[in-house]
Amino acid sequence: MRYAMVIDTKKCVGCSDCVVACQTENNVPIGYCRDWITETVAGSYPQIEMELKSERCNHCENSPCVRCCPTGASHIIVSGIVLVTHNECIGCGACIESCPYDARYQHPEGYIDKCTFCHHRLEKGQLPACVEVCPTKCMYFGDLDNPNSEVSKLLKSRTYKTLAPEAGTKPQVYYLI
Amino acid sequence: MQEEVFVSGRNIPNIDPHLEVWHWPISVDLFFGGLAAGLLFFAATFYLLGKEREYPSIVKYAPIIAPIGITIALICLFYDLTHKLYFWRLYLTFRIDSPMSFGSWVLLFITPLSFLWVLSYLEDIFPRFNLKFKLLIRIRDFAIKYRRTMAILLIPLSIGLGIYTGILLSAFNARPLWNNAILGPLFLTSGLTTASAVILYFVKSAKEKSLFNKITLALLFIQLFLFAHMILGYYAGSEVQLEAIDLLIGGEFTVMFVGFVLILGLIIPFVIEVLEYFGYRIPVIIPATLILIGGIIFRFVMVEAGQLTRYLY
Amino acid sequence: MNMNKFILKKSVRQMSTSRRKFIKISALGLGGVAASTTALNLFGTSPFFDAVVLDEVAKKLHRTPTYCEVCFWKCAAWAYSDSEGNIPKILGNETDPHCYGRLCPRGTGGVGMYNDTDRLKTPLIRKMVDGEQTFVESSWEEALDLVAGKFKAVKEKYGSESFALLKHGSPGKHLEHLFKAYGSDTIAEPAYAQCRGAREAGFALTFGSWVGSPEPTDIRDTKCLVLIGSHIGENMHNSQVQEMSDAIDNGATIITVDPRYSTAASKSKYWLAIKPATDIALMLAWMNVIIEEGLYDKDYVEKYTTGFNELKKHVLNFSPEWAYGITTIKPAEIRKTAREMANAAPAVIIHPGRHVAWYGDDTQRARAMAILNALLGSWGRRGGFYFKESISIPKYPSPKYPQPEWGWPEIGEKYPLAQMGITTEVIKASLPSEDNKYPVKAWMVAGTNLTKSIPNKELLENAMNELEFLVVLDTMPMDITGYADVVLPECTYLERFDGIRSATNREPSIAVRFPAVKPKYDSKPGWWVAKQIGDRLGLNEYFDYDDYKDVIAWQLDKMGTSIEEMIKIGVKHYPRKSGGLYLKDGEPYNFPTSSGKIELYSKELKDLGFDPLPKYTKHPEPPAGFYRLNYGRAPMHTFSRTANNPNLNDLMNENNLWVNPKVARILGLTSGSEVWLRNQDKVTSTFPIKVRVTERIRWDSVYMVHGFGHDNKKLSRAYGKGINDTQLISKVYEDPIMGGTGMRGNFVEILTDNPHNTVES
Repeated sequence: MRYAMVIDTKKCVGCSDCVVACQTENNVPIGYCRDWITETVAGSYPQIEMELKSERCNHCENSPCVRCCPTGASHIIVSGIVLVTHNECIGCGACIESCPYDARYQHPEGYIDKCTFCHHRLEKGQLPACVEVCPTKCMYFGDLDNPNSEVSKLLKSRTYKTLAPEAGTKPQVYYLI
Repeated sequence: MQEEVFVSGRNIPNIDPHLEVWHWPISVDLFFGGLAAGLLFFAATFYLLGKEREYPSIVKYAPIIAPIGITIALICLFYDLTHKLYFWRLYLTFRIDSPMSFGSWVLLFITPLSFLWVLSYLEDIFPRFNLKFKLLIRIRDFAIKYRRTMAILLIPLSIGLGIYTGILLSAFNARPLWNNAILGPLFLTSGLTTASAVILYFVKSAKEKSLFNKITLALLFIQLFLFAHMILGYYAGSEVQLEAIDLLIGGEFTVMFVGFVLILGLIIPFVIEVLEYFGYRIPVIIPATLILIGGIIFRFVMVEAGQLTRYLY
Repeated sequence: MNMNKFILKKSVRQMSTSRRKFIKISALGLGGVAASTTALNLFGTSPFFDAVVLDEVAKKLHRTPTYCEVCFWKCAAWAYSDSEGNIPKILGNETDPHCYGRLCPRGTGGVGMYNDTDRLKTPLIRKMVDGEQTFVESSWEEALDLVAGKFKAVKEKYGSESFALLKHGSPGKHLEHLFKAYGSDTIAEPAYAQCRGAREAGFALTFGSWVGSPEPTDIRDTKCLVLIGSHIGENMHNSQVQEMSDAIDNGATIITVDPRYSTAASKSKYWLAIKPATDIALMLAWMNVIIEEGLYDKDYVEKYTTGFNELKKHVLNFSPEWAYGITTIKPAEIRKTAREMANAAPAVIIHPGRHVAWYGDDTQRARAMAILNALLGSWGRRGGFYFKESISIPKYPSPKYPQPEWGWPEIGEKYPLAQMGITTEVIKASLPSEDNKYPVKAWMVAGTNLTKSIPNKELLENAMNELEFLVVLDTMPMDITGYADVVLPECTYLERFDGIRSATNREPSIAVRFPAVKPKYDSKPGWWVAKQIGDRLGLNEYFDYDDYKDVIAWQLDKMGTSIEEMIKIGVKHYPRKSGGLYLKDGEPYNFPTSSGKIELYSKELKDLGFDPLPKYTKHPEPPAGFYRLNYGRAPMHTFSRTANNPNLNDLMNENNLWVNPKVARILGLTSGSEVWLRNQDKVTSTFPIKVRVTERIRWDSVYMVHGFGHDNKKLSRAYGKGINDTQLISKVYEDPIMGGTGMRGNFVEILTDNPHNTVES
């Protein structure tokens, strides 16, 4: 079992619904976020290209945040999801420093928080809130170990990239390009 | 024109526009941790070499700074935790991969040892001071009795503490400025240099002074090499590493890094020590102070500049 | 007595003779207000308490059907609430054709509208206190008595017609009923003349049918989507955004015509970076290619249209080479895109757009779009435009409305084809003059922030200054409330019943809005306000119910359903009755035009003295040192109404001024620099705006998202953030056909030094 997210940059319009849906689903305080939207523009008028995409914790296979956590609060579960147990976290910030994606933040209550791939929803057989709300349906979620899953098929049939692969973390959020 | 912007969702305190998760306490922690590690390493080594009488400043006097430094380091470390009530979680597990875990376990053992070490020499340091509490007297007697054992333990622990201060930053692949194999040895050497600079304040005899002038000179020499390696290493590195070294040389940290760390904290003391070696008499306080200032600024620069460097955005 | 006063802050921008001074419902209010707000914030934002509360109740959330009121798309949704009155989340209704279970960011963030602690909390009445005009909190009783008294006074003195209603959205519907019962048809909404009116007129002239909302564009099955200044993706017209995504999956070609590199442009195979204000020239050239090369749908044109020969003759000389000189789009590109459209036909959509009040020839521009669609045979075809259908909601029994002597049609009589009230004309009628036959003396404004929806602020302020009475109903202390004599706090859509939603779609359906929680503070639903005023005016017969729930129950019953069923399903679907979704091959069809055919050549326009076929007219260009002011949408905001919503403000809290790097180099601007703007009429922006240097904008234009630069300090998050583009739109290009107010012909200079420093020392 290897959960992964595939995001089609050809469809994303950067509306930020994933951001606000995550905030309401996970009670993320105003002013913080577990996912975000970036816009990259290249070229010069009128020869321009633009890429919009939703970013979050990449649930890396080789996760530096889990490695550097002194208490084991940051851990990786069987399905490959990286989680933080709040009452084991001391708030040392090492995992924030270790993340090449800056995907973690200090919750106002002190512990470190980040995207969980909506683990609590997966347990109920639901998709992550961001995937379920996306108006462009540009986000796909599933098991990469299953060759018949939608995410596996997309990665077989389309060109894709991951973010900062040179950081060596083996990220599990893929971007179709 | 290339442009990358956050459309939404990112303006998080201490994360954007750049990381500010680790603040001055981490720099101070690294400085005092490295300093204490050096002091205890020298003390234990000289003790085990049987040089206690020959070099009393190193074995007996200078180490009083160690427990103070470690205490400051510990307070800083604790102060920078944001979920403080759960700090005890550190001691329910040991994670060899995590410098934080490694460091906190080392600190757990080295802190009492550093106090005991000083306690065992308390009457040598303050001859007119009499311990009042029976329990303390009993502990002191115990410490005196097991001094050798303590020294044996302090060698690996002080090396551990030194390594911790060295690798805490360099273990983070995500920060191109920190992710440099030279940084560990550099912090270790720098820690030892600051320790030997502190010892220079304490030295009494000419013999002690002469030895530590040489040790300091050697350490500064090694540091010069390591700095050169580090800087050249960045220039030979990838895009993100080039951006990182630009911060130190030709960027917003240039004055601090080149001016204070390299010139004032390293090259000038080095020159002074060389002159000293050839017989010129310069008050020892000058190179020692410069080394300490350079050492602490180096840690401030590395902690702050490192957090400006990233792979994305 | 706990009487909260809001002290007037003198403003240099106000005319000194003003009778109705703008009262900033100001943070300078007395201690009591400040303290209570702080206390609320303390509890409201404590993450610990929030978390505890949410953890506790997460398991026992209760869902209530609603439809969203954050924008006009009105997506059906489920509001999840707990027994404590919290609404942690809102999710889309799976079966709703407006959202297919996926709300847009604004709908998802609708919780913020409910949670906003800056909301209007109690009725406010303008009073003189210590020689200053201030707002004083009042009871509903007092406020409603006062409002009803004014209704009576206006009726006695001038006639009911002189009381105008300017409205938007759901509360407007209830008040419309009140006004019509009272005898006034002086009703208008900015959504017409300031927004989509020209498109409705242009398409009605051609196809005999409004485009309407949601637009009947069959995007999900299209092979070619042509967007001319329409920004799907930046406008989050939910089902359209979803269908455009489906179209991308299906490999449809997208052609975007826009001087700005919009989000849609980035998804397009062809982005035609057109010179602003030249769209009609491009469309004429497209027609020229399609006709000259014989690419048009010959059977369709022959069977369903009239005036083809006139059109053919008309576009004969409008070659791509001719258009190149005007639009800067290369002839080869024009031909290629025309052929691409024709290849896809009839599964092609030249999208009518939405906000089309641009240059004053907007009805003609919409006509050109309609004609292109007709030539390609896309109207009534799969992948083009489907035949929309809705179900009518039975009218709750009430007496016949009295017949007013005049109303919106007379006020807008100058514009023969205006099909709705023109807000700007009602505003002009409020200025007393000798030859004003239709004197408007009082306004009720509901759910629309006029200072950010109506251009020419001077005219608006002059008109408001002349009014004898102005009452505003809103949920938030929007800028317009500062001009009111009475402010009535409406509860949000999550706290009230509203009329049943029945919109035009592929299949008819209805959606209901039931309150998820009790109204917060002392706010009340719009229907209750309308009824209370009606009862006070002796119009009880028109409001023959205690609760609007009774009306809905009665209507649902007539429609074969019930409150109980709708609570469970939220949306109910009905079968189509009007025939097929698309034209069958060769099927005879009677278009609702006077000729029964699609009118390529419009005799109606000809008879009224307008051009029967669209023509390109040259529009003014920015003089040296000035840039064309363009404005648009951001997907996370709806005009100015969401700027203070805590959730949405968190996504985007200010607008930026897009500036081309070339311009930035000349003016020495970098991203993040603060600048002020001054337009051709010397109107200077109140607030500064941060620059965004980007290649996405032309060198002769600047761009900002509409709806920012709020002037009311009580909007704690939105106050002073960015620039209000509407403030800088003082020049209006009127559409002579339907009264639209073209707003894209304003030019601004960029000021790097604070122009207000010299004024306010």
